[in-house]
Amino acid sequence: VPLWGITLQLQRCARDITNMSQQAVNGVSHRGRVLTLDSMNPNVKRVEYAVRGPIVQRAVQIEKELKEGAKKPFTEVIKANIGDAHAMGQKPITFFRQVLALCSYPALLEDSKFPEDAKQRARRILEACGGHSIGAYSASQGIECIRQDVARYIEKRDGGIPSNPDNIYLSTGASDAIVTILKLLVCGEGRDRTGVMISIPQYPLYSAALADLGAVQINYYLDEDNCWSLNITELRRALSAAREHCNPRVLCIINPGNPTGQVQSRQCIEDVIRFAKEEHLFLMADEVYQDNVYAEGCQFHSFKKVLFEMGPEYSNTVEMASFHSTSKCYMGECGFRGGYMEVINLDPEVKAQLIKLVSVRLCPPVPGQALLDLVVNPPQPDEPSYATFMKERTAVLSALAEKARLTEQIFNTVPGITCNPVQGAMYTFPRITLPQKAIDKAKELGLVPDMFYCMRLLDEEGICLVPGSGFGQREGTYHFRMTILPPTEKLKVVLQKIREFQLRFTQEFS
Amino acid sequence: MQVLSSRNVRLLSRGRNEVFAGRSGAQRPGGDPRTRSLTCPPLLSATRRGLPKEKMSENGIMSRAKVLTIDTMNPTVKKVEYAVRGPIVQRAVELERELSEGMKKPFAEVIKANIGDAHAMGQQPITFFRQVLALCSYPELLSDSTFPEDAKSRACRILQSCGGNSMGSYSASQGIDSVRQDVARYIERRDGGVACDPDNIYLTTGASDGIVTMLKLLVCGEGTTRTGVMIPIPQYPLYSAALAELGAVQINYFLNEEKCWSLDITELQRAVNEARQYCNPRALCIINPGNPTGQVQSRQCIEDVIRFAAKERLFLMADEVYQDNVYAEGCQFHSFKKVLFEMGPEYAETVELASFHSTSKCYMGECGFRGGYMEIINMDDEVKDQLTKLLSVRLCPPVPGQALMDLVVNPPQPGEPSYGSFIKERTATLSALAEKAKLTEQVLNTVQGISCNPVQGAMYSFPRITIPEKAVKEATETGQQPDMFYCMKMLEETGICLVPGSGFGQKDGTYHFRMTILPPTDKLKILLNKVKEFHQRFTQQYS
Repeated sequence: VPLWGITLQLQRCARDITNMSQQAVNGVSHRGRVLTLDSMNPNVKRVEYAVRGPIVQRAVQIEKELKEGAKKPFTEVIKANIGDAHAMGQKPITFFRQVLALCSYPALLEDSKFPEDAKQRARRILEACGGHSIGAYSASQGIECIRQDVARYIEKRDGGIPSNPDNIYLSTGASDAIVTILKLLVCGEGRDRTGVMISIPQYPLYSAALADLGAVQINYYLDEDNCWSLNITELRRALSAAREHCNPRVLCIINPGNPTGQVQSRQCIEDVIRFAKEEHLFLMADEVYQDNVYAEGCQFHSFKKVLFEMGPEYSNTVEMASFHSTSKCYMGECGFRGGYMEVINLDPEVKAQLIKLVSVRLCPPVPGQALLDLVVNPPQPDEPSYATFMKERTAVLSALAEKARLTEQIFNTVPGITCNPVQGAMYTFPRITLPQKAIDKAKELGLVPDMFYCMRLLDEEGICLVPGSGFGQREGTYHFRMTILPPTEKLKVVLQKIREFQLRFTQEFS
Repeated sequence: MQVLSSRNVRLLSRGRNEVFAGRSGAQRPGGDPRTRSLTCPPLLSATRRGLPKEKMSENGIMSRAKVLTIDTMNPTVKKVEYAVRGPIVQRAVELERELSEGMKKPFAEVIKANIGDAHAMGQQPITFFRQVLALCSYPELLSDSTFPEDAKSRACRILQSCGGNSMGSYSASQGIDSVRQDVARYIERRDGGVACDPDNIYLTTGASDGIVTMLKLLVCGEGTTRTGVMIPIPQYPLYSAALAELGAVQINYFLNEEKCWSLDITELQRAVNEARQYCNPRALCIINPGNPTGQVQSRQCIEDVIRFAAKERLFLMADEVYQDNVYAEGCQFHSFKKVLFEMGPEYAETVELASFHSTSKCYMGECGFRGGYMEIINMDDEVKDQLTKLLSVRLCPPVPGQALMDLVVNPPQPGEPSYGSFIKERTATLSALAEKAKLTEQVLNTVQGISCNPVQGAMYSFPRITIPEKAVKEATETGQQPDMFYCMKMLEETGICLVPGSGFGQKDGTYHFRMTILPPTDKLKILLNKVKEFHQRFTQQYS
């Protein structure tokens, strides 16, 4: 049994002992506690979130052991499990942080070190805050002038298609908004229960939220053989199968794809919109990686833009929500939890309900709102910070493009690993061939085979990846998700280590 | 129970949906009507498979029905109410816009006394906190000699515990390790040395987030086994909103207005006994100091509540976000944790407790950062794992809010350069609040028809108002709660935005409003005077 297997067993043992001694002390009863695993919300138990699951907990533990001087075959743990740019050494955009510092401590507005455009942005944000402080609650939908800036940004992005600030809702990261919209949509019981179509592989926020809400998850499979593309026939298959047991009402799309890195073609988006209209589905477009497009010939098309270019028959009827965030793209400011959604064709009564619902949580964090404002309203060509901003932005995006190519190239040289091009987003999701003996061994340990693979990789190389089973994959196939965010030199080392591990692992189990 | 809302009747009479009509008669069997109205959404909103398409082909012309309508949305969301940002606040925002467009009103500005939003009312942030946040945001400033050394050392410590030394990276879902350690030490100091384990601390997105998460864990069962949660009436409407959304059963226990909104164990017993008929009471929520009622619980009362929770096997939730806001002489804040541990192992080792705190209230009033934490005591290990997993889905609380939380629990110490100005700022805010608490009680109690308990703590006054019979009648005729009618009129005539008592809950036939005491003293005086004049005018008009 590997080390982490023993650790798990020990933990269980210790817990049993504690429970036993507690029983002995209270004597009376194992009436035990008010809140136990058996008496807690069953929906919460069904929630799974692999990106921060057991493998990450193990990684944290190993880090602690390393710090305490434990000997390992590596000197540091590289957490490639999550798209956390700054943790991987990416530097914040100077302009953004200058404005945030000014907003936090307005006395700095007198400081001549700060450029005028940063000061001007900070003043504008502060003027829109109650008492001119980012410490005041904002409107629950978000600060009005920021929603206006977001709307203008969307208009510019979409070649002039109008965007109404009233349709913009600022959120606590994109996750918050996605869960909120799903929450609105879920109703019915039994066969009438709301079904939500999600891609497989998916970003596990979706499956987690659906479990939490008790909605029915409807899987549609992306086509790995065609660069993870989305196929309308497959959508149709999934939908008609689901109609037997639930009421499909929602179709979620992640573009560019997470974890799969594909970028949808304009044609495909049109087809999806047509499908949604025909089948009377609410569209949710997760577009948080909209600036992360690397492959030649690929381009980001927003669902909103395509919808409106398809004419009023579609743009006046298809209901849609699209999501964006400050956490990805070139800024990677995950910690601020900034984000927004735009809703299209949402019923006015439902909109009133949405506003009521978001008001209970008072408001999204104001520093995150401020940051979002800067993302949608960055320095302009005639402003003093423009050059630095462009330089920093371009450096990040072109490094990412290089790392995307590098990752694909190296993985595809490894026997037993095949990897689609990383057209966009921040991850590679290569397929791995696992020897039958390894699969048997995993089953013996009660682990999913790719979890076994990733746990071994973590123990032997200190690299933390997420097994494909956490995202969903076709039966009998195995994958892992790895972020391409580490600095190029480090990424090369990571890729090399994975290569060596894969060779060793295959040999050991064949 | 109202099975058909007026809206649904309207739809039915249009013959828009036969399936609907067939369903509307169907009710779930059994149970007390109160249970049903709370736990079993009427089936009206069940979705109508395939219907919209058929409808479209029938009438051809009309715009097709939407996927998501008021009838096909989540029924538990519809039941959510949150008065603090309800219709009256929407009207206030509208009035502000009208004023800015140059429209003539009987007032020059709208005063939003509906919410405890200190900075919006002109309170200045604590300098030290903001210096550290600026340093964390833009670490270049660490080489700026105008920042004090203690601010720099705090910023360095926070940044060192962030991935890549940046507030822009995700933190652990439970919150940054070093911040949780500081929180634990703060709690130990506050509670006279009672031990606190950082593993029991969870940083949150404001206290609301922690409260909703705990409630979510607790809710299960169906029908008479559905989880019931005891909340005070008047309550802070986050509780009723969260319970509605989770489909849990709300169990009301009434605070005693005659005895300064105190909590009475007999009343708790009455409420729990009655509730056992139709649900499974599992949690007891306490807000201390009270929101909206401003009372501060005595140590004795807290002990009694803990004993009651142990006896009735209830999970305790202690909302202690106003723990630094205690003004009245003879009143003192006692944390549930401390009292629990002073009651000996019989209680300290068994009673399950979650207590909540936030960066939004007290002397700092930093609402916009959405910082907060909860401490959990005696929680089952397996449930703890589930809690950690649940939190991980949302990745992490906002890191600037976590940083701010760290400063609140680890402020400048004697001997550090910022200590003097920190204490000065903190004391100024708290003593101004104490003065405003007294002033509010005094002035409101001079008005005939308004009676007001002392504001012992927190940030609000919740006076009782006498509304003349004629006004009650007119309100009822226009389909409004009498106190909503009263507050709307006050808003239109004076520009003052308050929240009607009905949004918090009150004994039948009594009326109140909630007003924050946060406006600067001079402004508060004007505001109280306007309320006074309005009340006199209103009473005269309707008598």
